[in-house]
Amino acid sequence: MEHIRTPKVENVRLVDRISSKKAALGTLYLTATHVIFVETAPDTRKETWILHSQIATIEKQATTATGCPLLIRCKNFQLLQLIIPQERDCHDVYISLIRLARPVKYEELYCFSFNPKLDREEREQGWMLIELSEEYKRMGLPDDYWQPSDVNREYRVCDSYPTELYVPKSATAHIIVGSSKFRSRRRFPALSYYSKDNHASICRSSQPLSGFSARCLEDEQMLQAIRKANPGSDFLYVVDTRPKLNAMANRAAGKGYENEDNYSNIKFQFIGIENIHVMRNSLQKMLEVCELKSPSMSDFLWGLENSGWLRHIKAIMDAGIFIAKAVSEEGASVLVHCSDGWDRTAQVCSVASLLLDPHYRTLKGFMVLIEKDWISFGHKFTHRYGNLDGDPREISPVIDQFLECVWQLMEQFPCAFEFNERFLIHIQHHIYSCQFGNFLCNSQKERQELKIQERTYSLWAHLWKNRADYLNPLFRADHSQTRGVLHLPTAPCNFMYKFWNGMYNRFEKGLQPRQSVTDYLMAVKEETQQLEEELEALEERLEKIQKVQLNRTKVRSKQSEPSKHSGFSTSDNSAANTPQDYSGNVKSFPSRSPSQGDEDSALILTQDNLKSSDPDLSANSDQESGVEDLSCRSPSGGECVPSEDSGKDRDSDEAVFLTA
Amino acid sequence: MEFAELIRTGQAQAELLRGPEEPPLRGTLCITGHHLLLSPGPQATPDLWLLLLRNVDSIEKRVAGDSGTITLRCKDLRVLQLDIEGVEATLDIARSIEALSSLESVITSFPFFYRPKGLRLGDAWHFHPPECYYKRVARETNAWRLSEANEDFSLCPSYPRAVIVPRAVDDSALARSARFRQGGRFPVLSYYHAPSGTVLLRAGQPLTGPQKRRCSEDEELLRAVLAGARPGARGFIVDTRSPQAAKQARMSGGGTEPKAAYPGWKRLHRPLERGRPLQESFVRLVEACGDLEQSMDRWLNRLESCRWLSHVKETLSTACLAAQSMEQEGACVLVHGAEGTDSTLLITSLAQLILDPLSRTMAGFQELIEREWVQAGHPFQLRCAHSAFSHARPKHEAPTFLLFLDCVWQLGRQFPLSLEFGEGMLLALFEHAYASPFGTFLCNNEKERCLCEVRTRTHSLWSGLRQPKEQRKLRNPLYVPNPLAIWPSAEPQSLRLWQGLFLRGTHPPEPSEVAWEKVWQIVTDQEKTEGSQPTDSASEPGP
Repeated sequence: MEHIRTPKVENVRLVDRISSKKAALGTLYLTATHVIFVETAPDTRKETWILHSQIATIEKQATTATGCPLLIRCKNFQLLQLIIPQERDCHDVYISLIRLARPVKYEELYCFSFNPKLDREEREQGWMLIELSEEYKRMGLPDDYWQPSDVNREYRVCDSYPTELYVPKSATAHIIVGSSKFRSRRRFPALSYYSKDNHASICRSSQPLSGFSARCLEDEQMLQAIRKANPGSDFLYVVDTRPKLNAMANRAAGKGYENEDNYSNIKFQFIGIENIHVMRNSLQKMLEVCELKSPSMSDFLWGLENSGWLRHIKAIMDAGIFIAKAVSEEGASVLVHCSDGWDRTAQVCSVASLLLDPHYRTLKGFMVLIEKDWISFGHKFTHRYGNLDGDPREISPVIDQFLECVWQLMEQFPCAFEFNERFLIHIQHHIYSCQFGNFLCNSQKERQELKIQERTYSLWAHLWKNRADYLNPLFRADHSQTRGVLHLPTAPCNFMYKFWNGMYNRFEKGLQPRQSVTDYLMAVKEETQQLEEELEALEERLEKIQKVQLNRTKVRSKQSEPSKHSGFSTSDNSAANTPQDYSGNVKSFPSRSPSQGDEDSALILTQDNLKSSDPDLSANSDQESGVEDLSCRSPSGGECVPSEDSGKDRDSDEAVFLTA
Repeated sequence: MEFAELIRTGQAQAELLRGPEEPPLRGTLCITGHHLLLSPGPQATPDLWLLLLRNVDSIEKRVAGDSGTITLRCKDLRVLQLDIEGVEATLDIARSIEALSSLESVITSFPFFYRPKGLRLGDAWHFHPPECYYKRVARETNAWRLSEANEDFSLCPSYPRAVIVPRAVDDSALARSARFRQGGRFPVLSYYHAPSGTVLLRAGQPLTGPQKRRCSEDEELLRAVLAGARPGARGFIVDTRSPQAAKQARMSGGGTEPKAAYPGWKRLHRPLERGRPLQESFVRLVEACGDLEQSMDRWLNRLESCRWLSHVKETLSTACLAAQSMEQEGACVLVHGAEGTDSTLLITSLAQLILDPLSRTMAGFQELIEREWVQAGHPFQLRCAHSAFSHARPKHEAPTFLLFLDCVWQLGRQFPLSLEFGEGMLLALFEHAYASPFGTFLCNNEKERCLCEVRTRTHSLWSGLRQPKEQRKLRNPLYVPNPLAIWPSAEPQSLRLWQGLFLRGTHPPEPSEVAWEKVWQIVTDQEKTEGSQPTDSASEPGP
C-alpha cells in the first residue's frame, strides 16, 4: 500500500477508443492489487477492474483543456484511456501505477494474496490434477527403449530442467553429463514426446557448443542413442528452429549447430523462426494496427502485413508440421533445438505434439501439454511475460504465439478440439495475471524454492472446475478427420492464417461477433440433456404406474415443462446492439440531434444493462480479491471465477462502448 | 434443335479432375445443347456428372501426343480439368463448348427447356410481387399507394408494373418525375420501417444537367414523402457517388438534387465502387485466391491490392448509415447513384436486412431479393454475363450482386443466430445468378422478362429452393428469430475473406462440412427429444 499515492480520484473519464464520442464518467480507485474504475451513472455503476500485473505500459499524454489523459495498455490487450481532471492527480496515479505494475519480488504478486477460499486439501488436490508422471505413462513409458533418468535430481546437471526426465536406455549418466557440458545452459537432449506406435520420438535440447570445429564424443553418442531408440528409422532429424544466419552467427560465440559430418546418420534442417526480439517488435507493430482509429481496409491489411506477425505464426506452424510429418509419416525421431531451447523449441515441440496426438487436443491434455513443454522444461515465464520488474528485452510473446497457433488450427479444424477459443483466451489472461502460481518463475527449481504449491493455487484446477465454459460443442473425437494425426492440406495455405480478432481486440466488443455459436450450441446441448433426463424420469414413472395399474391416478408430473429454447432465447435478444460510428469522416453527416440519437441508444442500453452482469474477465475473475474499500460491491467470495465470461453477455460492455 | 450444328462431336473418352481433393472420374464425355455430360460407366457410384454449359466462363485447350486437355473455369469459380483421348476429339469438344457456352439468346437458354419433376410451371412466380409488399405497408400507414402507372413499362422500363408511391402524388406527376430521373427511375418506396414510421426510397439520378434543371413534380414527390412520414420529418439523400463524380455527371445530363429545391432533404455522399473497377477487383481476388505459389510474405498485400474487402467495408458501412438514419435519426432516406440499378440496390437491400427481422427469414430473404434485385431492375443478364475467369473484355459485367451476398455473409458471421438461411443459400444464389436452370435471374428487368415470357415458360428458382431436399443445405440450423436491428461492425478487424466462396477451388471444404454436420446433429437431437416429450401424456393410462 505504501506505493499508492492517491487511492481515489473522482470525475475521471474513461474514453471509448472506437467511437470516442462520449466518455464514461466515474471514479478511479487504486488498490494494492487492482486499478478499478466505477462509473457514476447511477443505474449501471459499471466497473472495470485491472490487475496491476496486467499492466504493460502506462503513458501520460499531453494535458488538454479537458484534463490529463493517461493511457494504460494491458498485457491481455485491453487498452484504457482515462482522462483525469487534475494534472497532480494524474501524476500521482501515474507514479503509483508505474511502481505497482512492476513488482520487484515474487511475494508482491497477486497469487500470494489471492484466496479463493479453498481449504488446504482442496488446494493440494488442485495441484495434483495435472501430473507429468501420468503423462509419461500414457505415452507408454518406460519401455524397452526409454527410461527415466535421475541424473538431474536436485537439479545437479541442469537447473532449468525438471528432475523427472526420460532418456534413451543406452544413454548412461556419463553420456548425459558429457553431452550437457556441450550444450548451452547444459540443456542436454531429453524426451518431449514419444509415439509408442512407431517408436519415433521428439527430443529437445539447446544448441551445441560447437563453435567452428568443436566436437563432443558424448553428445554424438547421445544423439546416436536417441536414433537407436527408434528401431524403425536409420536416421535422426536434427531441427534447428533458427534462421541459418542466426545459427551461424552463434558459432563465433562458441555455440552453433550440429555438423552433419560429426554425427552419424543425422539429417540436419534449419527452420527459420525469428528470435524473441523480432517477435516482440512484430507484436508491437500489430497492436499499433489494432489501435488505429477507424482504419481503412488498406491501412489494416498493410499494417498487418508489415507487422509480419502472421508470417511468424506460419513459420512456427511450418516447423511443427515438419516435425509431425517426420514422426508420423517417416517414422523418424527428431531432435529440436534453438539457442537455449526454451522458446522456439517449446513452441515447435508443443505444436508438433498437438498435431500428432489427439490427447493434447482435449481439455486436460492441453493443460498437460503446457505443463510438459513449457512449465517443466523451464520456459522463462517471469522473464518473458514481465511479471517482475526486469530487463524489457527479455519480454516476448512466445507462448502467446503458441496459443495463436492452436487457435489457427481450431479455425481450420472446428471439430478437432475439445476446448473452445475462450479456453485459450483465459489461459493467456492468467499467464499474465499472476493470480495462480502455475506460471510463476523461470524454472521448476525456482518454483520449488519458492514453495509455490504450498503458497498459491493452481490454474488448472480452476479451469477444470469451470470446464463447462470451455467445451467446444462441435468436438468430434470419433471422426476420421480428427482422430489421430491432424492432416493439413498439402498445398501451401496462406489463407489459413487469419487475424485473431477475438484475442487482440477482445475488449473491443463492438468488433466481435455479437452472437456466440459456441454458447448457443452448448445451451442447446444442455437443454437436450435435461430433456432426456426428464424424459427418462417420466418413462420410469410411467412404467411404475403401469405396473401398479393405478388406473385412476392422474399423472400431473410435468414439473418444469421447458419452453422451447428457454435457456437461451434471452441471450439472443441481448444481441441487441446499437449502431456504431458508420459516418466515418463524412463531414456532411447531420449534427441535428446527437443528443436525440443518444437518448435512443441510452434507452436500449439501460435495458441491456439491467439484464446483464459484469462481463469482462478482468472484472469478474477478481471480484473476491478482498478489496474492502469499495462499499458499492459485495464480494461474492468463494468462487474464484471467470465463470462469468466475456462470451455470454457481451451487451453491457457493448453498452458502454455505445453510450459513447 | 438448332444447337446441333454447333456440336462438332458427339462423344469422347475422358478423365475429369474436379479439384485437388476429389478423385478423378473416367468415362464417356458427351455434349448436348446445354450440358456437358460424363457417364462413368455402369459400375461407378455417381452415375452421371453434369455441367451446365452456360456455367463455363473460360476454356483453355492443350494437345500433346494423341490426347488433349481442356481446362474449364466456371462462373461459379470451380476449375475443372478434362483429359480427353484423341486430338481431334479434344479440339472439337473445345470448339463446341466455346460456341454453346457463349450463346446470348435468352429464349433458347436452358431454363426454357428445364422441366424438373415435382415442379409446376408458374408456381412460385406469384409469391413475391410488389403487391404483396404493399399489403404489408398498407397495414401500417395509408400515406402510400400502389400505382400501376408503369403498367406498360412506359414510364420506366426497368421498374415492375406496380410500384409503391406517396398517396399524395398522382400518376401524371409520377410520369413527369420519371422524365426527370435517369432511366425513368422516379423515387419509389423500397422499405417502410414501421417502428420509426420512416421510409427507404430508391431512384435514378435527377437529370439536372449543366443548366441545373428542376422538376416541380419530383420535388413535390419528395416533399410528400416527408409529409407522409410525420410533421417536420427530415430526409437524407444518400448519393453513392463522390461529390466530384456527382458534379461531373451534370456535364452528361445527370446530377444531384440541389439543396434549395428539396427543403428538408440533406445530401450525403458515400462513394461506392461500381462497374468495371468492381469487376476487376473480383477478377484480381479470384486470381490471388487461386495462386498457390503466393508466399505468405506478400499475401495480405495482395489481398489488399484486390480491394474487394474495401468494397465490402464501404458497402456495409453505407448500408448501416442509411439504416441508422432511419432508426436512430427518424429520417427518411432516398438512395441513388447514377442509374440506380446497382449500388443503390446494394444499399437498400442491406439496410433492410439490418433493420427488418422478416427479411432475415428464409421466405423474407427470397422476397427481398425478388423485390429489391430482380423486380427493381438489376440488370442480371448484363452484370453476370461473365464471371472472374473470362478473357473477354468486360463490357457491362460487375459483381454487384455477389458483393451483396458477401456483405450478407459478413452479417451472418457477426450474427450467426439471426439469419434463417445459411452460407449454402448465399452460395446457391451466387451460382444461380451466373448460370441457372431456373428463370429467375434471366434478363435485365421485368419488361424484358415479359417479352420473353420468362414467368410462364421457365421455373422459378424460389420453387426450386423450396424443395425439401434442399433445405439442409440452405438453412441455418442456429437460427433464432431476433426482433431487433442487427448492427454489424464494418471495421476491418471484423471483416473476413469469404473462404467458402473465394477459396472453393483450392481449399477443401471438408472440415467445415464436418462441423456443420455436428451442428445439425446437436440441433436435431434437441428437436427429437422435444418431439418425444409428450409421450407420457399420450400413453397415459385412461380412466
